[in-house]
Amino acid sequence: MGNWVVNHWFSVLFLATWLGLNVFLFVHAFLSYEKADKYYYTREILGSALAWARASARCLNFNSMLILLPVCRNLLSFLRGTCSFCRRTLRKQLDHNLTFHKLVAYMICLHTAIHIIAHLFNFEHYSRSRQATDGSLASILSTLSHQEKGEGSWLNPIQSPNMTVEYVTFTSIAGLTGVIITIALVLMVTSAMEFIRRSYFEVFWYTHHIFIIYFIGLGIHGTGGIVRGQTEESLNESHPHRCAESFKHWDDHDSHCKHPRFEGLPAESWKWILAPGVLYIFERILRFYRSQQKVVITKVVMHPSKVLELQMNKRGFSMEVGQYIFVNCPSISYLEWHPFTLTSAPEEDFFSIHIRAAGDWTENLIRAFERQQSQIPRIEVDGPFGTVSEDVFQYEVAVLVGAGIGVTPFASILKSIWYKFQRADHNLKTQTAGHAALNFDKATDILTGLKQKTSFGRPMWDNEFSTIANAHPRSVVGVFLCGPQTLAKSLSKRCHQYSSLDPRKVQFYFNKENF
Amino acid sequence: MGQIEWAMWANEQALASGLILIMGGIVATAGQFTKWYFGVYSIGAGVFVCLLEYPRGKRRKGSTMERCGQKYMTKVLKVFGPLTRNYYIRAFLHLGLSVPAGFLLATILGTACLAIASSIYLLAAVRGEQWIPIEPKPKERPQVGATIKHPPSNPPPRPPAEARKKPSEEEAAGAVGVSGGPQENPVPVIDEVV
Repeated sequence: MGNWVVNHWFSVLFLATWLGLNVFLFVHAFLSYEKADKYYYTREILGSALAWARASARCLNFNSMLILLPVCRNLLSFLRGTCSFCRRTLRKQLDHNLTFHKLVAYMICLHTAIHIIAHLFNFEHYSRSRQATDGSLASILSTLSHQEKGEGSWLNPIQSPNMTVEYVTFTSIAGLTGVIITIALVLMVTSAMEFIRRSYFEVFWYTHHIFIIYFIGLGIHGTGGIVRGQTEESLNESHPHRCAESFKHWDDHDSHCKHPRFEGLPAESWKWILAPGVLYIFERILRFYRSQQKVVITKVVMHPSKVLELQMNKRGFSMEVGQYIFVNCPSISYLEWHPFTLTSAPEEDFFSIHIRAAGDWTENLIRAFERQQSQIPRIEVDGPFGTVSEDVFQYEVAVLVGAGIGVTPFASILKSIWYKFQRADHNLKTQTAGHAALNFDKATDILTGLKQKTSFGRPMWDNEFSTIANAHPRSVVGVFLCGPQTLAKSLSKRCHQYSSLDPRKVQFYFNKENF
Repeated sequence: MGQIEWAMWANEQALASGLILIMGGIVATAGQFTKWYFGVYSIGAGVFVCLLEYPRGKRRKGSTMERCGQKYMTKVLKVFGPLTRNYYIRAFLHLGLSVPAGFLLATILGTACLAIASSIYLLAAVRGEQWIPIEPKPKERPQVGATIKHPPSNPPPRPPAEARKKPSEEEAAGAVGVSGGPQENPVPVIDEVV
């Protein structure tokens, strides 16, 4: 438990702040629209649904602002780099950018639902008061537009009793853009479901670019001024607290109260999304610029079980262990960028990745290289990204567990350890590192080329842990996993089980990271 | 894009559309909006679409993740044979179901989303995809020790020397050490020292 708190306190704080801000913005906007005099007459027709719609709109603006930031990976790398004096736990949070992106997306979906439902009620109320013939305040307010034609001082957007809400929706800026961006949101969400994303990445990647439509539509959404409040001048002249009761006498020329005049709310979404939008455009330009830098492929190795190793060089490229790069191959697809963990050690004079055939793009890439033409396909690289896996070097004993292609980050780490040994790097605490490669097709270590005894089959973790505990009775052992969730649960349980109660004796610390 | 099974995305989209139809229908019915009876229809259509789309079909390649508890609906869908297997039928069914909901603002979003799902299903049908039920696999009891597979009798071939980065890395192997495993290799594996 203590281990969890130490590792996660910043995440909890960050998420609590984000949720707190959401709640604050919602409540603040809600109270403002529910209580303000400016919207007294609007509320007369719409009731509380106005406040619900505006409060959720405020949260939508806030979250739409936030959602672009976690995907600016170059910006995040820059933050990580400048923040080198920050504690590592802080920097590691930047690795959870995609998790945050998804959380914000879910919040956007929730507020979209609230916003739409509230506005459905709003339109229904507007429609009913437009058609009402009972002479109530609501119906008087709804007929205002026809009294002063051309002044635009109307309250009810439904101009005539025959106009349907559907007509108003599709002929108003707010309604039309609202429908379009909601459809865009739904498409983005359904194509981003885990199952679709993992199995058919291209569907997700291309569909997700609909976010451009979402942001442009969001910026335009509020420009119609369909949410109306009483003008300042009209408030001074005929304040609702004074005049609302005597609405039947507004027409009389000797009454103190005149017809209230209304104006539309100015659009505010663009104020929220402009800066992140610019940042994101800058990020894409930067990615493009970095990708244009020449990548020289120094070596291509075709490994068994359809694994392709590419060794490359790029000017100004410097990496650390556990980082990853995004790779693009224009001859296969202009727009797709795929992430791969770096399998080389920083001490080597090249950087390498191992690519396994796992879908359209990877298979095409492997086939393109297999053909062994004189012209090897051009590769573009963006990166490296990711927090350095320095933690491994802080433990006296490190157990690295990788499943399948999940061994790639450890290849980099192990090679780096070897280099550090060779150069007698005194900062290296690690004295013993054990490498368990699960269910690899071939028993040779094709990744590191390190010779080691091969063991077959799946390890029995209880035996492994007790052996390590016996061999290093007074050490702190770090267990690192890059693999499936079930394995994570199993290892985490064992770490608790085999850690001695005596803090001076053997302690296992479990680290699960998405490298 | 060759390997994309559009039906899988269409399925997600249709399921989402079903939920949107239900939500819109509830709002319209509970709020007693004008033409609220379309809302009642929308709830019914939404429930039907959700039930129809809940069981995920089997992927052509690779393993498919089942939705929780989908096996009951899978049995029901299998009964209808070609009606549920064929994606042309599904495409036109969804298109037809979406039309009445288009007459009410509260459910019009459901119409749009379901129509999009219908067009993706049409694309899937044109490409010859079919709904294949995921059959339940008989459960095997894992025996203790059975996870240790039989190692091959010959030692594995090492890649040629140039693929190995540094031949002198066996020193590292010695210094780095290997956590001892409980498995006994029946055939001794020789670490060559070059």
